[in-house]
Amino acid sequence: MSNDVLILAERINDRISLVSSELCNIGKNLANENGGSLVALLLGGEGTKDLAKGLIALGADKVIAAEANILEGYNNAAYTQVVDTAYKEVSPSIFLTGCTSIGRDIAPRIAFRNNTSFANDCTELSLEDGKLSAVRPVYAGNAMSHVRSKTETATATIRMKAFALADEDEGRSGEMGEIAVSVEEGDLKTSYVETRQVESEGVRLEDAEYVVSGGRGLGGPENFEQLEKLAKLLKAAVGASRAAVDAGWAPTHMQVGQTGKIVSPMLYVAVGISGAMQHMVGAGPSKNIVAINTDPDAPIFQRARYGIVGDYKKVIPALTEKFEKLLEN
Amino acid sequence: MDIIVCVKQVLDHDIPPRDFKVDEENLSVVPPANVSPIISNFDEYAIEEAILLKEAHGGKITVLTVGGDSAKDLLKKCLAMGCDEAILLQDEAFENSDSFGVARILAGAIKKIGTFDILLCGRISSDWSQGATSIALAEALDIPSASQLIKIEVNGDTLRCDRVLEDGEEVVEITTPCLLTASNEINNPRLPSVKGILMASRKQIPIWGLSDVDVDATTVGSTGSTLELTRLYKPDLSGNCEFIEADSLEEAADKLGDRLREDKII
Repeated sequence: MSNDVLILAERINDRISLVSSELCNIGKNLANENGGSLVALLLGGEGTKDLAKGLIALGADKVIAAEANILEGYNNAAYTQVVDTAYKEVSPSIFLTGCTSIGRDIAPRIAFRNNTSFANDCTELSLEDGKLSAVRPVYAGNAMSHVRSKTETATATIRMKAFALADEDEGRSGEMGEIAVSVEEGDLKTSYVETRQVESEGVRLEDAEYVVSGGRGLGGPENFEQLEKLAKLLKAAVGASRAAVDAGWAPTHMQVGQTGKIVSPMLYVAVGISGAMQHMVGAGPSKNIVAINTDPDAPIFQRARYGIVGDYKKVIPALTEKFEKLLEN
Repeated sequence: MDIIVCVKQVLDHDIPPRDFKVDEENLSVVPPANVSPIISNFDEYAIEEAILLKEAHGGKITVLTVGGDSAKDLLKKCLAMGCDEAILLQDEAFENSDSFGVARILAGAIKKIGTFDILLCGRISSDWSQGATSIALAEALDIPSASQLIKIEVNGDTLRCDRVLEDGEEVVEITTPCLLTASNEINNPRLPSVKGILMASRKQIPIWGLSDVDVDATTVGSTGSTLELTRLYKPDLSGNCEFIEADSLEEAADKLGDRLREDKII
């Protein structure tokens, strides 16, 4: 076992994902403390080697790029083989991925196969007596747990937006490496067919400075229109609680919460959302929350900076009008 | 098509946060009185999907859980929904297993059952939220896996599955036998029928222990656990909310706008 920290960076189209930058940042800190290097791994199709160089500027001491057509789309069997090969080559003390649809899918396999501990969806990571220690929200955020690895080697996934991004420094130097991909499509039991990316109209939820979100309290799908009007004015993205998505009032890709998007806008306007913990996992990183709800005891108010108790059908049009006036000035 | 579904019994995730209590000294969650444990949220979708697959393609559904005596109620519910058989995996040695320990126990039981086409689990548990048991189980059985699914289409021994991603969907193909995990968009779980409940009440639920599932006792339970829980507490959610009050809601909205402008949020 080396003292190194290995991170699995991710590629989204032609850029390195933001969570990869978070991974570089926390990974570098842990590697320094552990007396090892930060090794970053990037898998993908054409252009991956070039893109991987960017990980050095984000703090990686060594980069391993795996570029092959079969890695163009995410394929669990192919990715597991390549990541496991890299894992065994580096033999790190700590292996980190993002808590993403790829990280969650692959990290437990690598951890189980290599007898490491596993902690999912961590919001803080540190070393305690040389062992990886993590803070994890559990029970949908109703409780916080601190766990420490009992094994020498540890694997963890990190919650998106819970860690600071790495400082990008083009002047950094590092070693570029490659991993030969010997995986053949025909040998695998899973294959990638296609990705259907949702083209969000307007602003992406994850990037939005303003988010207007609706929940079960809206009473029906048609009432999202009122939120859209307000959202348009603020150049905001529209979100929804899981209750609203489950009721069929809003599409899945609009869901904010533990199994949906994690947002971090300047302002999050929660309309008719009770604030179940699983929703707050997604809305919690918002800098300011305004809640409008008829129930004064709704848990959302515990997390809000400002609250209005009352019928949103009266509040939202008045608020839209007010913002219109304010934004004119 | 033979399907095995693995489920978990958890504290009801719909209890109000104020009823949620933690014993910080004993590092445990204290279930409120009169609240029965329920099936972990996403596991219910896994059960429903198994029943839908059986209705379309025939076969048998076996449900497994690792737990104590109360877990029998959970299995009864699954039988009442339409599953054919249930087995409770119970042994002192299994207590306090982590995700990987549970995966080993389940893998042992599945090997004893023999053949199957599809293993179904929920995408993540609603209590400890590790999301690792299912995927480690696939690893333990050396079978392929596809997680967080919102659609499963059967074409012989190849399945075409839609996975839900952060930003859309991904379509993958996978050959059976395999492990699949269900997300909540996949279906709408049914309520057990009266007939189902009656039939379930007559069914025997065998209990399998350590010797039945043939796992090394040191790799399960607290000895086999790879993580040590060092703290457990409720997060501090101090209510600093300023309620905007006014004679009318329209006025309140107006005042709210002013406050947001003063704070330079707007």
